Amino acid sequence: MDPGVKYEYDVVKGFALSALVWGAVGVLIGLLIAFQMVYPQLNFPPYLTFGRLRVVHVNGLAFGFGLGAIFSMFYYMTQRLAKAPLPFPKLAQVHLWLFNAAIVAAAVTLLMGYSQAKEYAELEWPLDIGVVIIWVMFATNIIGTVIKRKEPYMYVSLWYILATVVTVAVLYIGNNLAIPVGAFKSYPVYAGVDDANVEWWYGHNAVGFVFTTPILAMFYYVLPKATGAPIFSHRLSLLGFWGVVFAYLWTGAHHLVYTPVPNWIQTTAIVFSIFLIAPSWASVVNGYYTMEGRWSQMKDNYLIKFIILGITFYGLQVIQGPSQAIRAISQVVHYTDYIPGHVHMGTMGWVTLTISAMLYYAIPRMYNTEIYSIKIANAHFWLVLVGQLIFSITMWVTGIGQGLMMMEHSPDGSLAYSFIDAIRFNKPFWTMRAIGGVIYFAGFVLFIYNIVMTVRSGKGEKAA
Amino acid sequence: MSVNSRPVVFLVLAVVVISAGTMITTFIPLFAGTTYEKIEGITPYSPLEVVGRDVYVREGCNNCHTQTVRPLKFETDRYGDYSRGGEFQYDRPFQWGSKRTGPDLAREGGKYPDSWQYQHFRDPRSLVPESNMPAYAWLVDEKIDPAYTEKKMKTLGFPYTPEDISALSDKSEMDALVAYMQKMGADWKKMNAKPVAAVSAPAPGENPYAGNEAAIKEGEEIFEANCAACHGERLTGGIGPDLVDDEWLFGGADKDIFTSINGGRPNGMPPFGSTLGDDKIWKVVSFIKSSHAKGHEASEHH
Repeated sequence: MDPGVKYEYDVVKGFALSALVWGAVGVLIGLLIAFQMVYPQLNFPPYLTFGRLRVVHVNGLAFGFGLGAIFSMFYYMTQRLAKAPLPFPKLAQVHLWLFNAAIVAAAVTLLMGYSQAKEYAELEWPLDIGVVIIWVMFATNIIGTVIKRKEPYMYVSLWYILATVVTVAVLYIGNNLAIPVGAFKSYPVYAGVDDANVEWWYGHNAVGFVFTTPILAMFYYVLPKATGAPIFSHRLSLLGFWGVVFAYLWTGAHHLVYTPVPNWIQTTAIVFSIFLIAPSWASVVNGYYTMEGRWSQMKDNYLIKFIILGITFYGLQVIQGPSQAIRAISQVVHYTDYIPGHVHMGTMGWVTLTISAMLYYAIPRMYNTEIYSIKIANAHFWLVLVGQLIFSITMWVTGIGQGLMMMEHSPDGSLAYSFIDAIRFNKPFWTMRAIGGVIYFAGFVLFIYNIVMTVRSGKGEKAA
Repeated sequence: MSVNSRPVVFLVLAVVVISAGTMITTFIPLFAGTTYEKIEGITPYSPLEVVGRDVYVREGCNNCHTQTVRPLKFETDRYGDYSRGGEFQYDRPFQWGSKRTGPDLAREGGKYPDSWQYQHFRDPRSLVPESNMPAYAWLVDEKIDPAYTEKKMKTLGFPYTPEDISALSDKSEMDALVAYMQKMGADWKKMNAKPVAAVSAPAPGENPYAGNEAAIKEGEEIFEANCAACHGERLTGGIGPDLVDDEWLFGGADKDIFTSINGGRPNGMPPFGSTLGDDKIWKVVSFIKSSHAKGHEASEHH
């Protein structure tokens, strides 16, 4: 225990609640675009068309929900692991305020079409500058806390936290370099093949350092806390961390297989993607072996299934993803729904289940209370699990279907299927996927309700 | 490990470690200029095309369409020659895309006449009934800012004339987007003008289905799905010419019609060789000739 340390929890709470709001908005937009794919009459130009809304969905969830939760839990974990409070709490408050303003500005500008049209880097240059300012504020407090720590040895979560802070900065600045031509319009400094290569160096490492390393930080924190067990192997933690942080940066071009990017860069990316399975699974193995002798906790402690299913989806994700990089498989599935199927197992499965576990752990503690309802937490779990499985499985089926149809020749050598034939095949699966999304959203609403009710039952702040 | 007790050292080490892949796969090749070969015949975008491209970027077309043909036979059969790096040397940002909810557009230029593009943007389902593309009719009312476009041309470093700029004032964003559609892959096509690879390259033989009622019925279905959008449900024309009048632009013999369908013709008839194949094309030819004959019978009774 750390008597006498007064941790700064206001920003932790503020970011957590902001993240939940943006999460709900982002998922709702996801529902709308899912239905737009089946019913194009649901497009309402100029603002509410699929081409603009998809971007708001991705940014709203990756940055509004994802980064919101990451900011929240990084502030929580770093202080507690350092046994030191944030050195600049007022700066963190400004960070919180600016973050929410930036997400609103992002949604508005993206709906207006002020987009760079580079995936996950669509925000135009004034917001890019805002992001950098926000990140510098964040980094100052995180690194400052670690430097002022009272606990000398940095726990594994802190490694992932520090790597995230520094790598996201490099990635975001690198890919967003642009020449402005208007108030909200710019042209990237890069062109064509180079722009593609830089974009996917960024894009895949956004996955690596927003959807992976921060979530691993949470995983390594909440698993021992929830089970009472130490992490199985420190050595595996080390290998996993340095392997992931090293290898991810080589893999970007697996998004560019069979494009005009040089073949050697593609092959390098494919090889490193396969390699990445090993250090990623170091954490999966760590997770399962930490549970050894404690598997009954899956039944007794509602939190454990969030954590274990989360790391399971992570394990599956980091095998499925690299397999998609292999040329023979890429031929079939690239440009199909298989890819969103893969993405959403990662985001809805790994990322969101782990964030849920972390918030279910931290919120009651900060508000000096218990979780409002374990029954609701369980219902939340099953709904999001079913919703996510429906999403991913329907998209894998439709993706492979479209992919194979596009490859097939008739005996006389002509193409067997027209493009629209594949779309006709996809439509019923798109409908099922949208229904899966509705189920998922129901679970997410229960999650928000449970957290809000927990907050309201809070008995005032603990001393430490 | 002592580095885990020294955060500054740790941070420096992390930066070094992430720099390896970053520099080797991305930034060194970029600065070395070894990522693609410049292609002389590829020209920059005109002012109208720049506006069109920026509309494409704004509307997020990139979220449903790709712009790169892979060097795979099934892909080149469907879309044309595979994409070369140099074709994209003026693309800021690149728009290769990640998903085909709609088809690849890298070689869209010259595939359809302007009228097809205009109608498709206005109302996609009028040409492709099962399409899920949003309608962009509203672009017809969006004006272009000539001064802002000139600023864009200067920023991009593309050549232009004052006439190009002043001509923008009576064009709409729809005109610009159509111009951009017609630009994609057009330079490469011009540089490599050669007969489109047909399923059967030499001159076709005789129509095996002439007068065959069953084949004509099948041909009608194929026509409905692939040709009616441009040539009309009753073959009386629209975007494409009338097929039941007496004017044959490229010859009215069965083998002439076969060649038109198989390899396409200038000014907007796309090639259907690789998507339909000889057998289906002969059936369509039979259907067209039979409709043409029926039209004559009908008119003779007047």
